[in-house]
Amino acid sequence: MNTKDNLDNNTVSEEVKKKEMIMFLSGSEEKEHFLSKANRKLLTDPLDDNNPITVQVLGICSALAITVQLKPAIVMSLAVVFVMAFSNMIISILRNSIPSRIRIIVQLVVVATMVILVDQILKAFAYDVSKQLSIFIGLIITNCIIMGRLEAFALGNGIYKSFLDGVGNAAGYGLILIIVAFFRELFGSGTLLGYTVIPEAVYSAGYEDNGFFLLSPMALIVVGVVIWVQRSRNRKLIEEN
Amino acid sequence: MELVNLFTKSIFIENMVFAYFLGMCSYLAVSKTVKTAVGLGAAVIFVLAVTVPVNYLIDTYFLQQGALTWLSPQFAEVDLSFLTFIMFIAVIASMVQLVEMTVEKFAPALYGALGIFLPLIAVNCAILGGSLFMQQKDFIGIHEAGVYGLGSGIGFFLAILGIAAIREKIAYSNVPAPLKGLGITFIITGLMAIGFMSFMGIDL
Repeated sequence: MNTKDNLDNNTVSEEVKKKEMIMFLSGSEEKEHFLSKANRKLLTDPLDDNNPITVQVLGICSALAITVQLKPAIVMSLAVVFVMAFSNMIISILRNSIPSRIRIIVQLVVVATMVILVDQILKAFAYDVSKQLSIFIGLIITNCIIMGRLEAFALGNGIYKSFLDGVGNAAGYGLILIIVAFFRELFGSGTLLGYTVIPEAVYSAGYEDNGFFLLSPMALIVVGVVIWVQRSRNRKLIEEN
Repeated sequence: MELVNLFTKSIFIENMVFAYFLGMCSYLAVSKTVKTAVGLGAAVIFVLAVTVPVNYLIDTYFLQQGALTWLSPQFAEVDLSFLTFIMFIAVIASMVQLVEMTVEKFAPALYGALGIFLPLIAVNCAILGGSLFMQQKDFIGIHEAGVYGLGSGIGFFLAILGIAAIREKIAYSNVPAPLKGLGITFIITGLMAIGFMSFMGIDL
């Protein structure tokens, strides 16, 4: 529901839409500059106007539980950037040879392979972070944002564009993750990336860490507030109801 | 008694939505009306109760280290656990397909009611999450896995039913414009999660 409405509501100008339609129909990519305006838009749009979490409502599932501290949130964002960029690219390469009836299974297999790669790499080089993220690395497979972009974008666009779209959306997702983790770690334990940032003087003046920020409900409320701030700045995102 | 304990724990204390944020996407997307919420909730209960025990069997007899000894003692060293994700997701995707076909054949009315929600469930994080948590918990038998799956499904059902009912009512309230829709839903979910936290520590 939300997702679709929002995608429709997008203020992509008619011009761009027409161009995309022509490209989609002819199946060929126009020759254009490496970082042309349309390509840049693919990268920057998901950061604000079309943010995966706050606007498209995709990919919240595996995101919020790992935002207690900043470090796992950053690692998670990087993992999602990697998985998304490359699965988008692979599906885009294969898009003309996948029978549409079994495309979901094909997509799941590609994504799962990427996730296994990330999981094994993390286990080998950053074991403690991988323990902290526990099952949430595995849950990238069912992260709706990945399936959503594969369905909505990679199946109908060229390789380079799909790659950019993957990076852009994963960055938009990571941005929210990092904002939420920043506030939760700052207010919850008074640290950032494990280093104490709130000076001792503040504590002796009577300030205390708000342990409530470490509990899961606060993640939801912080995201709610992020959405509130974003929408009051960007009023065209406001919903009717 | 162990089983009852596990059952209540998986419904209330380790609630999929409120404690682990699993299944959030469909939770937010399908909770506009109570009717659709019930449809999705029922489908999730069903699929979780089936896939968790099946994945338990696969985990115990194929994936764990030394799990293949029933084939031949030479395999005691073999550890296939790196295949977990791909096996579990394949099982889930095919189970969902199977469940869909069975329901269509034997209960067309239910199939009509569940509609598009059945195929959507394959990519619902709550389902894969259920199986992955099952693997971490080292259950001793398939009955525990089954009870855990059923309980988690019911937990999801309660959560989505609650938020759908609240959202139907909140449509008449005067919410600040930028907070309408998604924002207020997030905050209410947070408040509901605080409510569910009060079950913490209950031991039957």
